[in-house]
Amino acid sequence: MVTQAGPPDPTGGPSTSRRRRRLRSRPAVRDLLDEALAGVAARPTRLILTTLGTVLGVAALVGTVGLGQTAAGQITQRFDLAAATRVVVQPDDKGGQEGEAATQLPWDAPERIKRLNGVDAVGTVSKLEIGDDLVENVTGLDGGAGKALQVMAGSSGLWDAVRAVLKTGRFFDDGHDQRADKVVVLGKHAAERLGINRVDSQPAVFIGDEPYTVIGILDSVTGRADLNDAVIMPNGTAKEAYNLEAPDAVEIRTAVGAAQLIAEQAPIAIEPNNPSTLTVDAPPKQGAVRKGVESDLNALFLLLGAVALLVGGLGIANVTLLSVLERISEIGLRRALGAARRHIAVQFLVESVIVGFLGGLLGTAVGVILTVGVSWVRDWTPILDNRLAFGSPLLGAFIGLVAGTYPAWKASAIQPITALRGT
Amino acid sequence: MSTAVALPAPVVEMIGVRRFFPGPPEVQAINGIDLTIGQGEYLSIVGPSGSGKSTLLHLLGLLDNPTGGVYRLDGVDTMSLRERRRAVLRGERIGFVFQSFHLLDHRTVLENVALSMVYVGVPRRQRMARARVALERVGLSHRMEFAPTTLSGGERQRVAIARALVAEPSLLLADEPTGNLDSANAEAILQVFDELHSEGMTLAVITHDDHVSRRAQRQVRIVDGTLQW
Repeated sequence: MVTQAGPPDPTGGPSTSRRRRRLRSRPAVRDLLDEALAGVAARPTRLILTTLGTVLGVAALVGTVGLGQTAAGQITQRFDLAAATRVVVQPDDKGGQEGEAATQLPWDAPERIKRLNGVDAVGTVSKLEIGDDLVENVTGLDGGAGKALQVMAGSSGLWDAVRAVLKTGRFFDDGHDQRADKVVVLGKHAAERLGINRVDSQPAVFIGDEPYTVIGILDSVTGRADLNDAVIMPNGTAKEAYNLEAPDAVEIRTAVGAAQLIAEQAPIAIEPNNPSTLTVDAPPKQGAVRKGVESDLNALFLLLGAVALLVGGLGIANVTLLSVLERISEIGLRRALGAARRHIAVQFLVESVIVGFLGGLLGTAVGVILTVGVSWVRDWTPILDNRLAFGSPLLGAFIGLVAGTYPAWKASAIQPITALRGT
Repeated sequence: MSTAVALPAPVVEMIGVRRFFPGPPEVQAINGIDLTIGQGEYLSIVGPSGSGKSTLLHLLGLLDNPTGGVYRLDGVDTMSLRERRRAVLRGERIGFVFQSFHLLDHRTVLENVALSMVYVGVPRRQRMARARVALERVGLSHRMEFAPTTLSGGERQRVAIARALVAEPSLLLADEPTGNLDSANAEAILQVFDELHSEGMTLAVITHDDHVSRRAQRQVRIVDGTLQW
C-alpha cells in the first residue's frame, strides 16, 4: 500500500508505520547522473546550440594542431630528403685568368672537409672526358652496340655523401682507388641500358677498348641525379686511364642544421689562401624560414582556438544560467522532494560537463575530419597526436565543468520558497 | 472518524513560531503561532491573501526557517537541524501538493512520481513499482507513460498527489490544491483527500476557499500572522 497503512491505531501512536525509515539518506551517484542526462536530453535543440561554441573551439584547436603537426611532418620530410644537408664545393668557372685553369680542387679536399665539425660524409665527383669511347656490355646482351654513356669518377666517400643506395653488389672502396682497379659501379639507368641487372656473375663492360668489372648497381642517389645515368669508377682508376687531374666537385653531406656553417667553412678549409675562387652551393635558409612562419601561424590559430573555447565556455555558462532561471520551479520541486543544495549543484554541474563533453567529442571529430580532409587534398600524410584526439573531449568536459560552476552554485542557492511561488 | 487528536506525539508541534522578514518594509508574517496536528488528522488552514498562510505552509514544509519559536516534526526538533538534515527530513516526512502541480514536462507521468523517491534513497528497483501502485491508487494507471502536458488539470493534480504519497510521508501538505481546477475536478481531488484521511493519512490543506476548507475535519483560520479558532 502506498499510503500510511490501515485505519489509525490509537494505541500504536506515531511509532508504527512512519518509523520504519530504512532508507538511505542520499541519492546514488547514478541517480544524479540519470537526472542530469534527462535534463540535457529534454531539450535537444538547445543542447546543439549550447555545444556549438565548444564544438567550434575544440575543432579549431584539434584542426590547428593536427594541421600544424601534419605540415611540420611534411616540412621535416622535405627538409631531410631535400638538399637541406647538401653542400657542394666547385672551382669558380669564371674566375680563371687568361684561359688558365683558375683553381683546381686538391685531391685531399675530402680529408680537409672531414675535419670540420658537422660534416657527416664527404666525397669527390668528376665527369671524365672519354672522347669517342663508347660503353658496351662485353657479353653483347645489350644488342652489341656501344652506348654513349657518361663516365664519372668518385672517391670512396662519395657514396655516403650522396646517400647512395645499392640495388645489388657493392661500392668501390679506398683499396680499389689506390690500386686503380678496373672496376665500375653502374647508375640505375646506365645499368638498364647496358642490360645488366646482377653482379654475382662478375659482368664486365668495355669503355672504349678497356674492360671493367661491374661490382655494383645503384638503386638511388640524392642530389646527384646524373649519377643514375653514369658509369662510375674510382678516382685512382680515372687518373690512370683518363689522366684526371683534379676532382670537379666535392659533395658534402652535413648534419641537420649545419649546412650553412659548413658552406662558410668549406672553401677556407680547401683553399685557405684563396677561398673566394671556390663556389659553394648550399641550401637556402628557406626551411628555417618556413618553419618559423608555420609556428607563427600555429600560434595564431591556437590563439583563435583558445578564444573560440573561451567563447564556447561562456556560451555554456550563459545557457546553463538561463536554463537555471527557466527551471527555477523544477529546482524548487526537487528541493521540496528532499534534494539538498549540493544535489542541485551536482545536477547542473554534471549537465554542463555532459554538454561540454559532447561539444568536445563533436569538435574533435570535426577537427580530425578537417585535418584528414586537408591532408587528402594536399596529398600529405595526416599526423595527429593520439593524446590530442583522446584528450580533446576531456578538454570539452573540463570547459563544461568550469563554465557550469557559477550557474550550478547559483542554482543551489535558490531558495525553495522562491522557486515554488507563483505560476 | 479518527481519534488521533489524543495521540501523545503529534506529527506537527509548533510553539510560538514567528517568521519575520527584514525590510524594507519589515514584515511580521507569522506572529507567534501555536499549532498541533495529530497523526491522522485532516486540518485546513484558511485565510485571505496576505494573511501569512503561504509563509506558514513553507514553515510547516521545512522550506523556510522560523525566526523564533519551536517546531517539532514527528517529534524531531527542526530548529536545530542543519540544512542537509532538513532536506532529508523534508524528503522523507512531507509530501507536497502545489496549486500549479509542478510536474516536469519532459518526463513521463511515471517518472514524475518516481522522482520523489530519488532523493530519499529508495532503491531504483523499487521506485517504478511503487510509482505504479501510487498512480493506480489515484486512478491514473492508464496514463503512466504519458507526458504531463497531455493531461487535464485534474489528472495532473492527481499525478502530483501520487508523487506526494509514494514516498510514504508523515504529512501531506497541500497549497491551494484546487486553485487551478474547475469545480468537477476540484471535487474529485477533495474526494481523494477524504479517502486518504479515512486511511489514516495526516493532511494539512491551505486554502482561501471556504468550500475546500469545510471538507476538513478541523479548520483553523489565519489572520495577520496569527491563528484563530
